[in-house]
Amino acid sequence: MKKLLFTFLSLAVISCGNNKGQDSENGGEGSGTIAIDGSSTVYPITEAVAEEFRAVQPKVDVTIGVSGTGGGFQKFGRGEINIADASRPIKAEEAAVAKENNISYVELEVAYDGLAVVINPENDWATSFTVEELKKIWEPAAQGTIKKWNQINPAWPNEEIHLFGPGVASGTFDYFTEAIVGKSGSSRGDFTASEDDNVLVQGVAGDKYGLGFFGLAYYEANADKLALAAVDGGNGGVKPSTETVKNGTYTPLSRPLYIYVNSSSMKNPEVIDFVNFYLDEAGALAKDVGYIALTKEEYAAQKEKFNKFVAENK
Amino acid sequence: MNNIKKNRLKDQAFKIWGIACTLLGLVLLAIFIGNILIDGILRIDWEFVMNLPSRHAEESGIYTALMGSIWVLLLTTLIALPIGIAAAIYLEEYSKKNKLSTILEVNISNLAGVPSIIYGLLGLEVFVRIMEMGASVLAGSCTLALLILPIVIVSTREAIKAVPKSIRDASFAMGASKWQTVYHQLLPASFGGILTGIILALSRAVGETAPLIVIGALAYVPFAPSSPMDEFSVLPIQIFNWITRPQHGFVENAAAAIIILLLITFVMNGIAVYFRNKWQKKFK
Repeated sequence: MKKLLFTFLSLAVISCGNNKGQDSENGGEGSGTIAIDGSSTVYPITEAVAEEFRAVQPKVDVTIGVSGTGGGFQKFGRGEINIADASRPIKAEEAAVAKENNISYVELEVAYDGLAVVINPENDWATSFTVEELKKIWEPAAQGTIKKWNQINPAWPNEEIHLFGPGVASGTFDYFTEAIVGKSGSSRGDFTASEDDNVLVQGVAGDKYGLGFFGLAYYEANADKLALAAVDGGNGGVKPSTETVKNGTYTPLSRPLYIYVNSSSMKNPEVIDFVNFYLDEAGALAKDVGYIALTKEEYAAQKEKFNKFVAENK
Repeated sequence: MNNIKKNRLKDQAFKIWGIACTLLGLVLLAIFIGNILIDGILRIDWEFVMNLPSRHAEESGIYTALMGSIWVLLLTTLIALPIGIAAAIYLEEYSKKNKLSTILEVNISNLAGVPSIIYGLLGLEVFVRIMEMGASVLAGSCTLALLILPIVIVSTREAIKAVPKSIRDASFAMGASKWQTVYHQLLPASFGGILTGIILALSRAVGETAPLIVIGALAYVPFAPSSPMDEFSVLPIQIFNWITRPQHGFVENAAAAIIILLLITFVMNGIAVYFRNKWQKKFK
């Protein structure tokens, strides 16, 4: 039995080697594979691009994993994948590993992720929150104790606060809790949670004492029923808008999203095609899946950056 | 008299408590299944089973994930079955009671309690990197096979142990060797029990997400695996991926995929029960 298994495993290893050889051969004919891994936040955009890319080059197999930004960079640094999806820039240690393995890369911004804190339009007191106030409302210790607006700020009304937020499994929830409470997924549990953003919109729109948060893109679709609250990350209250998200003043609830492409992939023409296609389509597709697009000029700048990188590594 | 009454009362109280505990599990399961059915049953159609993943929830399907799950199940069975049964036979029939066998037994029981993500890390290092299998169906299956081996070994040993001693003695009395006894008597007699254990272990494997994400199973694969070396996705990863999306359509998709995953496990459990009954009758 053991002998059999051994043969089986060694066969497997051999056939694996063969496969890799075939892949690089096929690469020249525009029908290889493009391996992508990384952040689950960037995943919806990359998935959308891969889906559309299939219509253009059906023979190229694009595969996308969701090991998280850190897991993606680890594989990226070992040269196991062509492109890494990332919701933060590469860390020094991760860059060092890549350098050790002789992997150079280019960082490209593809979209922005921004969260909106929303209140009822009739709410005229809490139009701006400091991060501390938001933390006081949402941290786990607030469960069952912080129930009224005046507990957060004595100047606010002595009325019950009604909280609405996305489901605990969503990336939005992870991001909000990480930015506000300080630990991803750490939050009070007694709020109205729904994966359906329309439920959140209706909840806050129909309740003068409601408060909620979700992706900025969803606010924009419901701007007539809701009001945005400004968030004070230390430099005064800033309301989220495409502008303040892009110029980085709306902190800590906005962040750019990236893809990283490695230099050895520049020998595969389909990877170059794919990245160019990505930067062409990301604007429209990012909006489709709920993120904020860069401006046309910014995409052009990213494309220029990429083309320069291609020329250097041909 | 008073004491007896008290004891009876206690007995009654415990009985009611026991019933409540038993029902709790059932009620929770019913609520869970009811919820999922309401969310997802209408979403299941042929298109849903045959489509590739998509950013549009309504056009999205589980084809590649379902195929990946089936591949992983088959390969995991192929790997875990012979190793698990052989190890169990050795431990139960051949090994002498000494320190080594005690250490082996304790370790196998310990392995059954190791969190699955640890197996994922092990699989990533050993199968994906050292053995260069890449993030393939084979690497995933080897990892899951390791994960379920302790369960397979323990349940197989129990099944072999349950074979009456008289059968063994009769076989030896006829002059059969140990292997002949195992092969012609013990294995057929305990086969129903062994199969039950294996299928229950596989039902666990089919629902595993964490170790497969670690070894690099993918969320988006536009093709079904055609060899053990291909990249793959599995249903639980697709479900995990869908429930993290904010759009409501994806939640329906996730519910629908959960129904299909549940169906697979129910069918497998059904097969296990069927075989157990069939073999038990035959043996009697």
